[in-house]
Amino acid sequence: MSKDKSEYLINRKDNQYEVVIGLEVHAQVTSESKLFSTSSTKFGAEPNTQVSLVDAALPGMLPVINEFCVKQAIKTGIGLKAKINKRSVFDRKNYFYADLPQGYQISQFKDPIVGEGKVILDMPDGQKEVGIERLHLEQDAGKSIHDLDPKNTFVDLNRSGVALMEIVSKPDLRSPDEVNAYVKKLRSIMRYLGTCDGNMQEGSLRADVNVSVRKKGTKEFGTRCEIKNVNSIKFMQMAIEYEANRQVDLIEDGHSIDQETRLFDTKKNETRSMRSKEDAHDYRYFPDPDLLPLEVSDDFIEKLKSEIPELPDEKKKRFIEKFKLSPYEATILVSDNETSNYFENVIKKSDVKLATNWIIGELFAALNEKNLEIIESPISAGNLSKLINLIKDGTISGKIAKTVFEHMMEGDKDPKKIVEEKGLKQESDPKALEALIDKVIDDNREKATEYKSGKVKLFGFFVGQVMKVSGGKANPQLVNKILKKKL
Amino acid sequence: MSEITKQSLSELIKNIKDKKLSSTEVTKAFVERSEKSKKLNAYVTEDFSAAIDKAKKFDQNPNLDLKLPGIPMAVKDLFCTKNVKTTAGSKILNNFIPTYESTVTQNIWNEGAILLGKLNCDEFAMGSSNETSFFGCVQNPIDKDLVPGGSSGGSSSAVAAQLTPITIGTDTGGSIRQPASFTGIVGLKPTYGSCSRYGIVAFASSLDQAGPMAQNVRDCALLHEVISSYDEKDSTSIDFKRNNYVKELTNNIKGKKIGIPKEYRVDAMPKEIEDLWKKGIDYVKDCGAEIIDISLPHTNYALPTYYIVAPAEASSNLARYDGVKYGFRADGENLIDMYEKTRSEGFGAEVQRRIMIGTYVLSSGYYDAYYLKAQKVRKLIKNDFDEAYKKVDAILTPSTPSSAFKIGEKTNDPVSMYLNDIFTVPVNLAGLPGISIPAGHDAKGYPLGLQIIGKAFDEQNLLNIAYAMEEKINFKNKITDWWIK
Amino acid sequence: MIVCDIFNYHMSIDLKTIKHISKLSRISVDEKKAEKLAGDLNSIFEFIEKLNELKTDNVQPLTSVAETTLKLRDDKVKSKNLRDQIIKNSPQENEDYFVVPKVIE
Repeated sequence: MSKDKSEYLINRKDNQYEVVIGLEVHAQVTSESKLFSTSSTKFGAEPNTQVSLVDAALPGMLPVINEFCVKQAIKTGIGLKAKINKRSVFDRKNYFYADLPQGYQISQFKDPIVGEGKVILDMPDGQKEVGIERLHLEQDAGKSIHDLDPKNTFVDLNRSGVALMEIVSKPDLRSPDEVNAYVKKLRSIMRYLGTCDGNMQEGSLRADVNVSVRKKGTKEFGTRCEIKNVNSIKFMQMAIEYEANRQVDLIEDGHSIDQETRLFDTKKNETRSMRSKEDAHDYRYFPDPDLLPLEVSDDFIEKLKSEIPELPDEKKKRFIEKFKLSPYEATILVSDNETSNYFENVIKKSDVKLATNWIIGELFAALNEKNLEIIESPISAGNLSKLINLIKDGTISGKIAKTVFEHMMEGDKDPKKIVEEKGLKQESDPKALEALIDKVIDDNREKATEYKSGKVKLFGFFVGQVMKVSGGKANPQLVNKILKKKL
Repeated sequence: MSEITKQSLSELIKNIKDKKLSSTEVTKAFVERSEKSKKLNAYVTEDFSAAIDKAKKFDQNPNLDLKLPGIPMAVKDLFCTKNVKTTAGSKILNNFIPTYESTVTQNIWNEGAILLGKLNCDEFAMGSSNETSFFGCVQNPIDKDLVPGGSSGGSSSAVAAQLTPITIGTDTGGSIRQPASFTGIVGLKPTYGSCSRYGIVAFASSLDQAGPMAQNVRDCALLHEVISSYDEKDSTSIDFKRNNYVKELTNNIKGKKIGIPKEYRVDAMPKEIEDLWKKGIDYVKDCGAEIIDISLPHTNYALPTYYIVAPAEASSNLARYDGVKYGFRADGENLIDMYEKTRSEGFGAEVQRRIMIGTYVLSSGYYDAYYLKAQKVRKLIKNDFDEAYKKVDAILTPSTPSSAFKIGEKTNDPVSMYLNDIFTVPVNLAGLPGISIPAGHDAKGYPLGLQIIGKAFDEQNLLNIAYAMEEKINFKNKITDWWIK
Repeated sequence: MIVCDIFNYHMSIDLKTIKHISKLSRISVDEKKAEKLAGDLNSIFEFIEKLNELKTDNVQPLTSVAETTLKLRDDKVKSKNLRDQIIKNSPQENEDYFVVPKVIE
């Protein structure tokens, strides 16, 4: 396998294969109540405690649509720069399963609420546009639990009826890295919009991954396999890698690929065919006669447009133009709303360049180590701003600042107080420094002589010694100046 | 004062309001007559002692301002009733006890009525004779060998036999009007969206409507007034201004234009039906209305359309009966085996047949040829009515192509059974209101009905025409109480 | 006349089709029942084929007669914990879950 910078290709003998990937992302809509019923969507409740009569499909129960979910889907569509369909239709997708109480899922088949759009990915070698085919609203199913009892399957319907947005990409993705960037970008856009919390552990974001391979340079797509319900980016990447290689091996051995649905086994790190083939799926979609067509007015859409916050792409552009950030820095800082808000709060009162370095460097590393999100940061934006100003005005050196920062991580203390309490203020009094330097030269007579006889490299040694003796507090610029003079 | 059970709803209400009768007396009278009429098999579930208790409670502090003060009534077993078994005439729901109440029945109880019990019907309302019920067929009080019609057969039989003063049925393709016609009573299918479908066991969602069945047009109007309401729990419920149907009831229909559709003169229509229709035209003319010949060119396509649309929706609506959450479950080795056995043993033959038809017409490769085609023809049928209503206020037709047939006569021939709904089905496809009123008898003395079809949401006009005609017809049902020893 | 042939064309539903739709419908059928169903369905479809007489290329399909659009409800949680009520009617009871025979994937 070759991984040159720009292209992800699979090599076999004389052949190079390109991987073609399309994603169907299922994103849980952030809402209080379900798509067609008034039960709660809260995660982690006791089994079957958030199930209404409608969710359990009791006889005579009817769906009534949640306006907020409709708005969320449209907002997401706007975020994906997509066409909003003023008229959309809910269809029934018919199949039997233990966790599908109605015997059908209400979804949108022919007329989805959102049409074609696009997502821009920032890849190391430049930007890449990924087409969005459509976005539609649908109901989630319940949960079947197979391992509580040897003979029986248990069913929890808490999730049954929760609103999902299915976001279907065009087959524009070409590598696991692009899939990573795509899912992260999609997640970021939805989190900016507040339409999906993107919490993969809680299943708020899952994807069906369509994978096919073709010889490099061919135009036609190969036969694709759909890997169902993969719930982390890492697994998506692993599944794609496995599946692409499996398909290439088959082709190389002269076999053809069966179009089929496969599962990713996370323990064995392989995909395998779902066995229920005898029952070729025939979902018998038809418009749900319990619901009427969903129509939204231009005003309705315009009002939602006016509520759309600045999204990552626009924010990135602004950061680069206004704050002179590099594209790399801007990409990192806009990756989610909380980070960009934090950044903007810090730079309200302090230097942009320093703030950028401190956030991307020290802060991210420290948060990472403690496994914290930026909103959980022990250091508030205001206090980080103060710290940066202490560096800027020469009160402390960059090195001392790191010590102060460590103290700040233990609890959100004002850096000024820490500096005072611990006596970390930078020594910038020339007299005091001179005394210090004299002592260092005195203690290292031999080295001073060597320096004077031409061993100029030793200058660094003296600076180090002075800093050490001062406990790091000596102002480095002044130390340099005085040392030069004295030596 | 005549015998309690012989009184119309309006008489009963007057007597209760005038304190000449108590709810307890009335309820007991209907309970006693129902007890003596078990042979008809009209009830699936009797709730008699609870009914008497409720009547006593009503009498302790009677609210006489209500529209149905202390009036006992039985309802079709397709309406979910809180804490009272609801079966839809099916084995698969044989043990199902809802914890909720349908909107339509709730409206009735809110106006002071008291539940007597649940009435037999074709399984999931799929039938025209009540013979598909898991709980056995119902006898028509007109004659023991006759079907009461269907699917609201228990309802028609119970009203005609005076086991309940009034009732409600549901009508997907004629299930109120055809049994009303077969038993000599009045039955109204309201405009689609007029009565909430919430809590009614669904058959075909785009066609189902609940409606009143009664001894006369006035009672029917009153019950319609009670059950028709806008309901936020039903997305297809329509928010329109509902009339005080009884208060505004009038027999003055002078100048109304009544359409006579030539396409309803079907081949092999019995002469008796033809004659009845002519008589109906005369009655309408007598009332001062104008007769206008109209054409509904796609009438002949209504039944084939219906037998695609209704089974398609039903095949999906009935998928929830899978033995998982409620109802009957057969043992199975695994989930799929359990499903297949449960549904094979739990559903009767007609329901299975319709599920199969519906599954087939929606399945891959056939959708366009059948389901989509049917939806298009449905549009043409609706267009026919829209055109006609540019010229007329209402349309007059026979209710059924024949009088009640014999039990077992059509059970082996589904198509001939389906043909029974030929005059009623187009009304459901177009979502219009239709009423069947008894208008005469055939040579054997069996009742025959006439159907009036109205404009959407124009139930008032429909009821007025029916009311005016009823006065002229002066129909008397020939019931001998043969089933009571 | 060719036109008439098209009108009278009727695809017969064979046992294989019956088996397929019974599988999709999750209703088990044995041979005898399948044959009966095939007979019934064929006579019903013969009568349904009448629709082929009509040209409907330019007709908009009618899904609902209700000439309004979907009403939207507020995003409020109203349904409480109904677990006891909902599990009450279930054929195989468990305090917390619905229980079904093992699902074989």
